[in-house]
Amino acid sequence: MRLKEIAKQLDASVVSAPDGLANEVSGGYVGDLLSVVMARAKQGNLWVTVHAHPNIVAVATLVGLSGIIVAEGTVVDPATIKRATEEGVTILTSAHSSFNVVASLVRMGLEGPF
Amino acid sequence: MVRQSNAVIGGERVEVPGHRKAYFGKMHELLYELRIGQIMTTSLITVTPNDSMYTVKELLRSHRISGAPVVEGDRLVGIVSVEDVIKALEAGRVEATVGSCMTAEVVTVQSSNMVVEAVKKFARHKYGRLPVLDAEGRLVGILTPSDITGRLLAMLDQQYHRREEDERQPAPQWLAELQAPGSSMSLRYPVAARDFARGGEAASRIKRALTALGLPLTLVRRAAIIAYEQEMNLIIHTDGGSITVEVEAERVRLAAEDIGPGIPDIEQALKPGFSTAPDWVREMGFGAGMGLNNIKNSADSFHIHSQAGSGTLVEAVISRRQQAEDHGVRREGKGSSSG
Repeated sequence: MRLKEIAKQLDASVVSAPDGLANEVSGGYVGDLLSVVMARAKQGNLWVTVHAHPNIVAVATLVGLSGIIVAEGTVVDPATIKRATEEGVTILTSAHSSFNVVASLVRMGLEGPF
Repeated sequence: MVRQSNAVIGGERVEVPGHRKAYFGKMHELLYELRIGQIMTTSLITVTPNDSMYTVKELLRSHRISGAPVVEGDRLVGIVSVEDVIKALEAGRVEATVGSCMTAEVVTVQSSNMVVEAVKKFARHKYGRLPVLDAEGRLVGILTPSDITGRLLAMLDQQYHRREEDERQPAPQWLAELQAPGSSMSLRYPVAARDFARGGEAASRIKRALTALGLPLTLVRRAAIIAYEQEMNLIIHTDGGSITVEVEAERVRLAAEDIGPGIPDIEQALKPGFSTAPDWVREMGFGAGMGLNNIKNSADSFHIHSQAGSGTLVEAVISRRQQAEDHGVRREGKGSSSG
């Protein structure tokens, strides 16, 4: 499933790199401890987090994630948006809780890496 | 893993020429690996039982589709196809309601089911489309045979390219000219203390450099994880330092060196979940106490030298020979069994 369809179904806003909406999403990952995300998320996964600082872009680039959903209505730092735009990392925002975002992703048929 | 020389697609047995066996074998596997929810079309065009068949005709024409699910709220109550429209037109009943012309007994599939289940249903019923329901019986998508073949072919193409990328690429010509037997290439990246705003930058540069050098993708990914954790450790815990990457014919070595303050108890620092990060750092999502473990798990050999009051050296080596043999498979297993 492509990021575009997921963004549409979640009614999520795109705050950076809209070109990445064409990315194929291989599965989902949720977590706010960056080292755990680094270790466990797989390439192409869509990551749900509450963090909004620039380091989430580094994690996304290094793991090769298909995108980030910043949940719980967190406002994304301008510095993060700038860096995400430079690196081509697509960030979506959702007013829903991380739990509800993940529940929606599961209903769409996404799975975790293990 | 079962590789079959005869692929069964859509219920028909297909004789596969020898050179295409692997291709069909992989396609067959994907039918069992992918869930319907992953390949269905989620942008739905629906009608209600109270719409007229004329409305349906216009809808099918303008969207170039051959049928549409009939819904009341998010509940599926029937399906209406171009054949139903033709019948209504022939009978001069274009103003008839969808409810009186639709098929109410609908064959559906579950979004959580494997794609192979949909293939079986298509083969049995010869329908052009199957509505997809979630676990609560709500309509969440629609699936056509071309969704299946289109997505499967796209995935095969992706996997083909990924496998190609994973193979050892020849080093660029200019690099080959610089290399002599036993030579190494060394890149050094300074990292400043507390510079969270630039956290991950050195690791991103290292990833790009190793990719440009033509190293296999799985090795680059392991090196990127190591470099990221080294970089964040330098930012969070030290007074600053650097990461040095050495690329040799047999191995890639990543060494993080800092100017202090040193680790008083290395054994404790290596325990998963142990961290000395202050609360304000943890609030940013760092300090999970997994950094050194991530480095260890991504490396073939790992050393840490430190003394309280002086600097620390965290050294990780990835063997290129091992990498070529493993193709990253061993890594995946190790990563998910730890912690």
